[in-house]
Amino acid sequence: MKILVCISHVPDTTSKINFTENDTKFDNNGVQFVINPFDEFALTRAMWFKEKQGATVTVVNVGTVATEPTLRKALAIGADNAIRVNTEAIDGFSVARELAEVVKNGGYDLVLAGRESIDYNGEMVPGMLAALLDFSFVNACIGLEIEGDTATISREIDGGKETLTSNLPLIIAGQKGLVQEKDLRIPNMRGIMMARQKPLTIVEPINSNPTTSITSFEKQAAKSACKLVDNVDELISLLHTEAKVI
Amino acid sequence: MSVLVFAETSEGKFKKSAFEVTSYGKKVAEQLGTTIVVLTINSNDPTLLYTYGAEKVLNVSNDALKTFNVKIYANIIKQAAEKEGSQVVILDSASNSLYMGPNVAVNLDAGYATNVVALPSATSPFTVKRKTFSNKAFNNTVLKTPVKVISLAKNSYGLIENEVSGSIEEYSPAIIESKLSSTAIEQTTGKVTIADADIVVSGGRGLKGPENWGMVEELAEVLGAATACSKPVSDLGWRPHSEHVGQTGKPVASNLYVAIGISGAIQHLAGVNSSKVKVVINTDPEAPFFKAADYGIVGDAFEVVPKLIEKLKEFKANNA
Repeated sequence: MKILVCISHVPDTTSKINFTENDTKFDNNGVQFVINPFDEFALTRAMWFKEKQGATVTVVNVGTVATEPTLRKALAIGADNAIRVNTEAIDGFSVARELAEVVKNGGYDLVLAGRESIDYNGEMVPGMLAALLDFSFVNACIGLEIEGDTATISREIDGGKETLTSNLPLIIAGQKGLVQEKDLRIPNMRGIMMARQKPLTIVEPINSNPTTSITSFEKQAAKSACKLVDNVDELISLLHTEAKVI
Repeated sequence: MSVLVFAETSEGKFKKSAFEVTSYGKKVAEQLGTTIVVLTINSNDPTLLYTYGAEKVLNVSNDALKTFNVKIYANIIKQAAEKEGSQVVILDSASNSLYMGPNVAVNLDAGYATNVVALPSATSPFTVKRKTFSNKAFNNTVLKTPVKVISLAKNSYGLIENEVSGSIEEYSPAIIESKLSSTAIEQTTGKVTIADADIVVSGGRGLKGPENWGMVEELAEVLGAATACSKPVSDLGWRPHSEHVGQTGKPVASNLYVAIGISGAIQHLAGVNSSKVKVVINTDPEAPFFKAADYGIVGDAFEVVPKLIEKLKEFKANNA
């Protein structure tokens, strides 16, 4: 089984979010980038298929050379090889079109991605990729088993879960539950050394036109100070008369 | 020309978000100088949509569509959008809508924006404000394609009554094949879900153990709220993962969020700060949650929460 894992290169979750150039660009200054946390669940599940079922695992990112350390980290965790599509990721649709080329050329049976990236939160690339390729797709995936050519998948729905089946090829957008948080892996020294020798192929983009563009950013408005209250009567009264939520 | 809204049903009933997207779609149609068409599948009473401005309803009734299928549903939306010449398609942010949104966008070769929080700030170019950086910021996004698909963030626009004398068209779209099939659906019944709740009551590690969740559940029951928890609590197995709210858990955008014994790590706040009013109960006055909350009580949850339950019961009895 050939697995492709889509890796997004995102600011670490604790990063301070600032903008530059008149609030039109994200300020990378002093920001540490990591594998998107949702993609880590997907990568960890892929490693399980590699170790238990002999799958090969390729990781891919659409981005500039700045994203390579993040791909190397995925290799250090255990992916076999990496592909970087050499273009800046502008919008979800154009990223999905670039990835569709990678999938077509690589003949993958299974594509794993995170449900969303924690920076732009578009929640669209895996679903668009599936629609472009006419592969089966499951979003918000919290369980995945594969026997031969058949996948059993569970997804989170509002207030519960649904179980689905499909033949491969398949694309899933994973989240916590696909693997447990405690099973996520930190690269060890041997992995980091080996990652340096693993192939990282650079692919030129097809340059599809972005369908959207970001014109400006705004930070959350500063909020007023928390009102500290001494007793529950006062709290109930404020929630009723001031906040009007009960 | 039209604005197409998809109003989702659950067992024949509209979700609150269906009325919210209809309210929103009516206004977008006015901005564009066009009309609104609302598509719904297997609704018990599509006329309910008139209250929120649905001038025309495309009503699909078909037992084959009882169970949601991403490809089939997305294709029906495409057929409806093409039939109605829709230039904007509006979805809500329920799990099925977020599932099929990307497919709808590809079907219509449309730019797609999720997490939209307000009416378009301009219609030419079509510009929407959306949440980004896990609720820490917003961006203004231009959709450059002839057809645009947007999904409205939950509880960001509200329900706006705008009674119209609408019309219903019975609609029978073609139903395509899908290789993906649903084998089982497990749904917790009788409990308010985090996605639908107006109020969410959430507990953290400060509650010391799963045996102490009785008071969280009781408080939720008094308030008609859903229960939730912080990431450490679900990682420790005190509560199911489906209750984990925060950056890598479920997003919360309720009217009221009550955090009990949760310190307020940045990842937790990212997931809950779309809630309109936040209350924190914590023994540590330095807990970061106090900086993000609207109201706070510095105190021991084991003393405060039982009192709060008792007083809320009195309040509910007096205000019933």
